[in-house]
Amino acid sequence: MTKQILFIISLAITLGVFAWSVKRLWAFFKLTKPSYPIKNIGARISHTLDVAFGQTKIFRKPVIGLMHALVFWGFLVITLGSIEIVIDGAFGLERSFAFTGWFYDFVMASGDVFALLIVVFIVAFSLRRSILRIKRFTGVEMSSKSYWDAQIALSFIGLLMLSLLAFNVGYISNHLNGYEGVYPVSAAIVNLVNLDLGWLQEPGWWIHILLIFVFANYLPYSKHFHVFLSVPNVFLANLEPLTKYPNLESITKEVKLMLDPEAAYDESEEVARFGVKDVEDVSWKNYMDSLACTQCGRCTDVCPANITGKLLSPRKIFVDLRKRMDEKGPVAIKGEDDGKSLLRDYITEEELWACTTCNACAQECPIDISHPNLIMDMRRYLVMEEAAAPAELNTMFTNIENNGAPWQFSPEDRLKWTEG
Amino acid sequence: MTDKKLHVPVMADLAAKGERPEYLYWVGCAGAFDDRYQKVARAFAKILNHLEVSYAVLGKEESCTGDAAKRAGNEMLFQMQAMQNIEVLNGYEVDKIICTCPHCYNTLKNEYPELGGNYNVINYTEFLDEMIQAGKLKLENNPFKGESITYHDPCYLGRGNKIYDAPRNVVKAVFGDVKELKRSRSFGLCCGAGGAQMFKEAEKGNKEVNIERTEEIIERKVDKVASACPFCMTMLTDGIKLKNKESELQNLDVAEIIEKALEL
Repeated sequence: MTKQILFIISLAITLGVFAWSVKRLWAFFKLTKPSYPIKNIGARISHTLDVAFGQTKIFRKPVIGLMHALVFWGFLVITLGSIEIVIDGAFGLERSFAFTGWFYDFVMASGDVFALLIVVFIVAFSLRRSILRIKRFTGVEMSSKSYWDAQIALSFIGLLMLSLLAFNVGYISNHLNGYEGVYPVSAAIVNLVNLDLGWLQEPGWWIHILLIFVFANYLPYSKHFHVFLSVPNVFLANLEPLTKYPNLESITKEVKLMLDPEAAYDESEEVARFGVKDVEDVSWKNYMDSLACTQCGRCTDVCPANITGKLLSPRKIFVDLRKRMDEKGPVAIKGEDDGKSLLRDYITEEELWACTTCNACAQECPIDISHPNLIMDMRRYLVMEEAAAPAELNTMFTNIENNGAPWQFSPEDRLKWTEG
Repeated sequence: MTDKKLHVPVMADLAAKGERPEYLYWVGCAGAFDDRYQKVARAFAKILNHLEVSYAVLGKEESCTGDAAKRAGNEMLFQMQAMQNIEVLNGYEVDKIICTCPHCYNTLKNEYPELGGNYNVINYTEFLDEMIQAGKLKLENNPFKGESITYHDPCYLGRGNKIYDAPRNVVKAVFGDVKELKRSRSFGLCCGAGGAQMFKEAEKGNKEVNIERTEEIIERKVDKVASACPFCMTMLTDGIKLKNKESELQNLDVAEIIEKALEL
């Protein structure tokens, strides 16, 4: 009974703190603009099965991709176990899902094996970051905070798996005459170690579930928030061709007005700012992308501008967006302004103009972020609100306006190529 | 240029005679004005003539699709261009449009429909592939015998619109084989000219993107590199020139390969 009460209190604290974090983020989301409509649910489900559950984009880097995929699939089965633990804890039960029979055996057995695999991979992931110095994990946006965030999250996951194994080992030791579920790794440990390990059951159980509670509340402030957000982010992804850049509706109205002076001008409509200058101008999907990004750097790794030493790093755009929202969000909610903006105080014009819109970053992103579209949104602000394009681009604009071509040729000469 | 004048039908002339061609060939600004890429437009027009396809070009009535303006952030200018082009295209009741330029292709296909321009937009590599499959383009002799070739994926064709196989099929129909680059298909490296970079100097860095790509092509030790985009053509040709490899390595457009194979 005491155990049950203690458990319910910790669960209530966990949910309370988590609700507070969600409320804070919700208020930030309310500052953002609408995004594309979420239609085509069938296509979205199959896209999610493919990219999220099938990990197809992760596998574009085959070796590390396989390790990530195994950790991810392991998490899925282990999560089922965690749900059982919560129910057991709340109602004072033991192995309450055992009634599902062979399914239970399957989930427990794979969870037990995955736990060991995940420990091995977590150690490898951690060493990759601390010893191997992979280029993808460097860059101005990769602060020491980001490094320790990764190491803390990895430690959480490693300890979660170790405590789960300890719990299983203790459980088997205490029920040698018959137990629910199948545990290949834990049973082997019990057989190998010639000691009574039954004492591990209770601390293993408590440490495992309390770590889950703490980890769940750490995540909303970590780049590892992707544990919660990447699957929904893939489900809500932009399914249009990568190079289709949405037309700006507010401009369509203006252009129609210019081409047809007879058209009625609707004065009731508020003139919005063109493009993106700060966090209030981005769409909710842009902001969600920034929260779901785990800073893996696959985008920056393939960016032609970054490869050739330019300032642009597609990852930085979204790291900056999240950082800026943390700073501006609380101020904006109060209806105030701090005199800074995402553009210039975080992201420089030089970065924005270096993008070739080749979409290698978007192609690579395992959770379907479109970096070029946000970069071009910021160019829209620069060009249409500030006329701050590089001089050569202004020349190109003038050429298109005057002769319908980006170069200075007369439309009269458009058939000269046929003359030879 | 030593070539003689090509017969290329113009939409307005056909309309005056009450004729409506099956296809509109969208030449694009590079096809019309870029010295090097004009040859690609000529090559493709010759292929259309050879196939006796019913087609026409807009000629003086064609105007920039607005792709570069849009990607440089000038949505106003893009939509002005789009609306004007759509008015012309809809005026001629155009249905099928063939593009050589992947940037024009992407814009017409993906960005014009919401503004009232709904057409069947076809990329010329898809068209050529189809003509070869259908047996209409017979490629019996290979003027490039003994030469090897690689293919550089234009971003707006490959990653943008998932057209990877059609251009390769066309090149293979002549060369028999395409040697793949280290970064190819969806992993392809940009030439450096997309997103309006074509019209400005690159930002400060330690290398030009086209040099990075050209070095990769040189490493592959091929005689030719095929491309399917006017911007890629400029960037690769410049890269090869800068690397002083013009005698060993030439950049050809997919259409030029067919033109040569057919001896047009």
